[in-house]
Amino acid sequence: MAEFSLPKNSQVQAGKTFPAPAGAKRVKKFQLYRWDPDTDANPRVDTYEIDLDKCGPMVLDAIIYIKNEIDPTIAFRRSCREGVCGSCAMNIDGTNTLACTKATSAIAGDVKIYPLPHMAVQKDLVPDMTHFFAQYASIEPWLQTESAPPPDKERLQSKEERDKLDGLYECILCACCSTSCPSYWWNSDRYLGPAILLQARRWLADSRDEATGERLDALEDPFRLYRCHTIMNCTNTCPKGLNPAQAIAEIKKMLLERSL
Amino acid sequence: MSLRSPLGRVRGLGSAKSGLSHWRWQRITALALIPLGLWFVYILLELMNADHAQVVAFFRSPCPAALAIGLVVALFYHMKLGLQVVVEDYVHGHVAQVALQVALRLGTALGALLALVSILKLSLGSA
Repeated sequence: MAEFSLPKNSQVQAGKTFPAPAGAKRVKKFQLYRWDPDTDANPRVDTYEIDLDKCGPMVLDAIIYIKNEIDPTIAFRRSCREGVCGSCAMNIDGTNTLACTKATSAIAGDVKIYPLPHMAVQKDLVPDMTHFFAQYASIEPWLQTESAPPPDKERLQSKEERDKLDGLYECILCACCSTSCPSYWWNSDRYLGPAILLQARRWLADSRDEATGERLDALEDPFRLYRCHTIMNCTNTCPKGLNPAQAIAEIKKMLLERSL
Repeated sequence: MSLRSPLGRVRGLGSAKSGLSHWRWQRITALALIPLGLWFVYILLELMNADHAQVVAFFRSPCPAALAIGLVVALFYHMKLGLQVVVEDYVHGHVAQVALQVALRLGTALGALLALVSILKLSLGSA
């Protein structure tokens, strides 16, 4: 059966508190999930009191401030700090989003930060993305053609055809959507999840691609595609404002269309 | 422990190349159940104070009997499709999965048969 409670060694316990320095004016509490694979200890939530006057406006700024100034042991991923790399996806204030584009001021009360839900944790806020990226590889996310490329120019696409990729190509594979999806929580071993299905749709929608039929064959599966029950958490949480639920519905429509 | 590659694990046994039919029938039966469900509520209210003879007389005409059969078929098939998804979603482990999938098919088929025989008996049987 699906598990609805955490195993004993995963239950989150209260952790340490790092008080704000004396004289701090704008203090905000950040509660961070901590887990160290090198000890046998259960995960815990550490509380860091931060003077907002000392760090930048985004949640990522605060986490970097914590690592630099308060507690260098904390592990997290980050790279571009401007919402295009997808590294700093985490669960902030109950919603999956990018720490670098989430303003601390948008969060009322304490800022609670956990790793992406229902992923194996490598350390602290770092989830294991191996399976997610293997799923991405499985949809063969590259242009597949049989006709030879034009010798003197690129494969052309009309303006209207190019427009069909809007809302799809912007996906940065941060996995916020997939890890917000209950279907993905229960069946991620076989269900591809909203991020990968949106990417699959991106290649199905590409007028230059010649493998549409094979791609649809590979997707038509009770688990790979049809585990989507239109819960819409994916669309709700996408930090890039994309609509994976619609992309999945488009794939289902394509399958229906070719059967009619 | 498995040393199989992540991609090999994702590909697994490959695509089942099915799922569209389930998706389509779930929607078709749902659509059919909107008017049939409303009709069922309507006749429940109509026949609320009727005695047995009046109910039998009502189902003796072909239209109500046909609609009632349609309702039972759509309802139980929709139920089977829905229960199937619940089991696929939440039950992990091959033995439990197969046992429940078989049981829910037999259970919904039996329910539908009981309802159908009852309607036919009502509609065609001697008073």
